[in-house]
Amino acid sequence: MTLSLFLEQLLNGVQLGVMLFLMASGLTLVFGIMNFINLAHGSLYMAGAFAAAVAQQATGSFVLAIVAGVVAAALLGIVLERAILQRFYTRSHLDQVLATFAIILILNETTRMIFGPSPLRMSLPHALSGSVPILPGVPYPTYRLVVLLAGLVVAGLLYLVIMRTRMGMWVRAGASDRTTASSMGVNVPVVFSGLFGMGAALAGLAGILAAPILSVQVGMGEPVLILALVVTVLGGVGSIRGAFFAALLVGVVDTFGRVLLTPALGSMAIFVTMAIILAFRPRGMFATHG
Amino acid sequence: MMRFRTAFAAALLCGTFSVAARAEDPVKIGFLSTFSGPGAALGQEVLDGFKLGLEASGGKIGGRPVELFQADDQAKPDVGRQQADKMVERDKINVLTGVIFSNVMLAVAKPALDAGVFVVSANAGPSQYAGAQCNPHYFAVSFQNDSGAEAMGTYLNAKGVKKIYALAPNYPAGKDFIAGFKRTFKGELVGEKYTTFGQLDYAAEIAEIRAANPQGVFFFYPGGMGVNFVKQYDQAGLKKTAPLYGPSFSVDQTVLPAMGDAALGAYSAAFWAETWDNPQSKKFVADFEAKYHRIPSSYASDGYDTALVLDAAAKAIGGKIEDKKAFRKALETAKFTSLRGNFKFDTNHYPIQDYYLTEIVKDPKGRPIMQVREKIDSDHRDAYVSQCKMAAE
Repeated sequence: MTLSLFLEQLLNGVQLGVMLFLMASGLTLVFGIMNFINLAHGSLYMAGAFAAAVAQQATGSFVLAIVAGVVAAALLGIVLERAILQRFYTRSHLDQVLATFAIILILNETTRMIFGPSPLRMSLPHALSGSVPILPGVPYPTYRLVVLLAGLVVAGLLYLVIMRTRMGMWVRAGASDRTTASSMGVNVPVVFSGLFGMGAALAGLAGILAAPILSVQVGMGEPVLILALVVTVLGGVGSIRGAFFAALLVGVVDTFGRVLLTPALGSMAIFVTMAIILAFRPRGMFATHG
Repeated sequence: MMRFRTAFAAALLCGTFSVAARAEDPVKIGFLSTFSGPGAALGQEVLDGFKLGLEASGGKIGGRPVELFQADDQAKPDVGRQQADKMVERDKINVLTGVIFSNVMLAVAKPALDAGVFVVSANAGPSQYAGAQCNPHYFAVSFQNDSGAEAMGTYLNAKGVKKIYALAPNYPAGKDFIAGFKRTFKGELVGEKYTTFGQLDYAAEIAEIRAANPQGVFFFYPGGMGVNFVKQYDQAGLKKTAPLYGPSFSVDQTVLPAMGDAALGAYSAAFWAETWDNPQSKKFVADFEAKYHRIPSSYASDGYDTALVLDAAAKAIGGKIEDKKAFRKALETAKFTSLRGNFKFDTNHYPIQDYYLTEIVKDPKGRPIMQVREKIDSDHRDAYVSQCKMAAE
């Protein structure tokens, strides 16, 4: 492997990692702070992608598509939370898994009924559809650089919100100790609803940004959900910083595993890495809980 | 008296059985296909095509009404097996069709055949039933899996292409397609990559392709994987230096609408495409579009041809498909107007058909379609037919 190919693959890994981070950040917030396992996070990702694809077909605008996707995912998230999920906050993890798994099945079938089984198209504006040279003789798709940039901006903003604002403080307090935070005057249900909506919007954004690269189809959320769960657990449940570094690690390990190892070993690379890290850091790389 | 009554009842019963094949009795067809999960669009294509074929024959098969038993195999062999058993034992089907995936077919065909049911595949074309396991009651109207890949190799030889990079998912059909390609392609494979089934991101593989600098890429990625790969390959800007080549399933109408312009300029080897140049195909495409508001793929055309074959064979023997020996003979020699034009069954009951090159271009409405170009292979026979010793009955 030449140096330029190595650097290109490294960039591919980081870029994949950033996409996973967008998905995992919402998941880790909800899981970490609300202690709620939301498997339907993948459905919110799908909802974002579908809403964006439909909005783009109707209006022809990529920007409007992004807005529509984020709003749709956030709305769906809030409706789900208000109508169903908040009843499960105090139940066991198994109940939560069952309920949200049922929601995956229902939303998948509903989407299939509305949009049919064939994948939808989401195309790129002309300015983003080409490639730019990042090294001599190595063109790189412009859109992937945009996704990389968007992911880094979202990561930075989230970090600022969580570490530097009052709401972020409540969130961190809730993540560390729910009962004490509540007795210190934090309105936990409101924080939870807001947080869930934000997590849903992030999942939707991840789906929209992935839509021009990936196939927009029923069930598109599940394979990503599995990777996002790996990232969440590796990073330490509830830690944005952890999710960020774990996502980069997963992206890079997966990319080089696919390139350097046989197919069977390559697809195991992430999970072997996870097993090794969890053996030494059972609570993940940046555990938040005491 | 008692004994007489029993005997009388038994005689009556025998009577009903012996005249089972009356004209007003329905032909029972088990349509087992994939209607959920990522492969759901494929099952729907075959079914829609099959129904259109039934309409063409007045909703009848061999002059008899049709009873269609539909079930979803979820692309899982175990689920398919349960559903097929139900159709065979409870519904007493005469013919089983519709199966999309070869691994499902391998699980369901044997029990159905053992029970005396005809298996007439409208899609799956596993090598096993083309070769050593060939069966008098098993027919594939569609294709043998490897054939499209073999035709693509033949075409690239003729074009003088020497360096190809090949990719497919790491599962049996993926390996079959690459094996089929290698059987005919005489140039060098500068890379041969099997990726995880269901992989989302292909940036790493695309970087490897660029580094290997091939003259073209042979790929087989069905469904969403193909959409992901083709979009990402296009965005990487490699299409001009190394065009995409594949069997028709890599770039047909089940995925083209989602790929959009990214697929333009890709080539495939096809036994049928929506631009096929004969009157029956033109009528079929127009009818299909009018009814279902989308362009049909070769999955749909195979469904259509399957209905036509069944009708033609049953008609030839006056609808008496319960006479299995006669029905088998009638199927082998069925005279029908295939959408493909040139079609007949080989000695292993798999098709002998032509392969054409197709290129993805835009139609007048701006939609990507498969445009038929030159003929690659006439009367293509599959690679396994010599291993088939077809039993007399």
